[in-house]
Amino acid sequence: MATKASRSAARLMMAPAVILLLGWMLVPLIMTLWFSFRVYLPLRGGDQGWAGFDNYTRFVSSSAFWPSIQTTLVIVLGVLAITVIFGTLIALLLDQPIWGQGIVRILVIAPFFVMPTVSALVWKNMFMDPINGLFSHISRFFGAEPVNWLSGRGIDWTINLYFTSFDLEVTMGVFSIIMIVSWQWLPFAALILLTAVQSLDSEQLEAAEMDGAPVHKRFWYIILPHLGRAITIVILIQTIFLLSIFAEIFVTTGGAFDTRTLSYLIFQRVLESQNIGLGSAGGVYAIILANIIAIFLMRIVGKNLD
Amino acid sequence: MARSVTPRRKLLNTTIAWAIGLLIFFPILWTILTSFKSEAQAIASPPIFLGFDWTLENYRVVMERSDYARFLWNSIIIAGLSTVLGCIIAIPAAWSMAFVPSRRTKDILLWMLSTKMLPAVGVLYPIYLIFIELGLLDSRAGLVVVLMLINLPIIVWMLYTYFKEIPGEILEAARMDGATLRQELIYVLTPMAIPGIASTLLLNFILAWNEAFWTLNLTAVNAAPLTAFIASYSSPEGLFFAKLSAASTMAIAPILILGWFSQKQLVRGLTFGAVK
Repeated sequence: MATKASRSAARLMMAPAVILLLGWMLVPLIMTLWFSFRVYLPLRGGDQGWAGFDNYTRFVSSSAFWPSIQTTLVIVLGVLAITVIFGTLIALLLDQPIWGQGIVRILVIAPFFVMPTVSALVWKNMFMDPINGLFSHISRFFGAEPVNWLSGRGIDWTINLYFTSFDLEVTMGVFSIIMIVSWQWLPFAALILLTAVQSLDSEQLEAAEMDGAPVHKRFWYIILPHLGRAITIVILIQTIFLLSIFAEIFVTTGGAFDTRTLSYLIFQRVLESQNIGLGSAGGVYAIILANIIAIFLMRIVGKNLD
Repeated sequence: MARSVTPRRKLLNTTIAWAIGLLIFFPILWTILTSFKSEAQAIASPPIFLGFDWTLENYRVVMERSDYARFLWNSIIIAGLSTVLGCIIAIPAAWSMAFVPSRRTKDILLWMLSTKMLPAVGVLYPIYLIFIELGLLDSRAGLVVVLMLINLPIIVWMLYTYFKEIPGEILEAARMDGATLRQELIYVLTPMAIPGIASTLLLNFILAWNEAFWTLNLTAVNAAPLTAFIASYSSPEGLFFAKLSAASTMAIAPILILGWFSQKQLVRGLTFGAVK
């Protein structure tokens, strides 16, 4: 039904959005790329010429780089595991006939609407404070020593893979941030998975039930495959947001106690140490990393468009 | 897939579901309750759940001390304007993509989405520099533009999925009856699109309200919204639990209420139509 005239009208209507986004993407991206090849220290002499790939090699060889990658991975994987597993359980539970389902849904979804600075501060002070926090009251009630949530030593794990083994130290700071961020993202996972569960054909389940399939088999062979796509989407979208969590670290630990993620490290290089070249090189790494994940997400979303 | 179950089973499910719901909601409930306590009762050991002397003192102090109204106003202006502006730009685009699709429509949509994936920290300094050059640092106008741009892909996507559901036959019928393009837009399409536009506005208002990277990094005093207002409590005021709670409650209450209306749209908006 599209005529030539309506086609060109359509192009005209799309133009503002496309041009704005193109500018928003390209201008800063090109600037970041440019800075990443410069020695650029605004407070110490400004732009001092070409650096070649120095910033790129310096960024990855700095002692803060690998710990930041490890922290990023631990936080992202930890939050994903918690939100997907509990999100699935909550979705299955809320799908059952219960009294007051609407209200429970509202209670579960609420944390998603709390602004990140609020949830970080409330958790940090009112729950995790080692003296007055609610958790310390609970510990003392049971006669235990209050846990040093954000600044505690943490747990050492030795991870054995079949070809190698390494020590993984997860500080209490990282653990606490995983907790805070999981609380924020659990509603998102639960809500999307609930929507997916509700679209499951109940006849199939009833048939399986009549044939005597036990609960765990029904879950494993019918429900989980049905949820597969939704779980993938939850994982991909959350990963993109989790890679760039900022406020939760900014107001709780400020990057101390090994809670410095890759994006926080870049933030510190850029704004705190004002080393723009180095920070920009880090930014390029972060952009590449995010793009790798984005490609997978695009594939799934793209398929859905046809 | 709601099925009938025995009352006993339903009671059990209800109990577990409520317990989990209350557990998840508890930090918010605790914050709200603490905001009505005195500072001494807020840190009392053992903690007092309900039997404290309710007071509005904290709200009064927070309002007096921190110019709360200015932060609130900034939040409303920044979130509101960026969302409305985004919609004004996105509606024609989503409209044409939904009703006059071309071979490239899908690619354009996916490309728009990909700009959303750009890690903010990767482009922090360029934006910072541009803001300084243009004198936009710590200005509401600057933040409106940035938040509009970061939410534009989501706005276009949400509107696109809503518009896509409007049957094309209705447009053809209107055209057959001799409606001009203008009449078609005003009398046929707009009424059908309003629910979709409303939910898009709502969800993106919430996202803009809670945005805490650009709002923290690009503001200082004048344009700082509620995210920055709360961040300023990080220490040492954060140790005054009752005041922190009052400030927090004031920052989240408006959005919590709006959010409860938008939970259905949330799924669609944040999965880009991939889960409905």
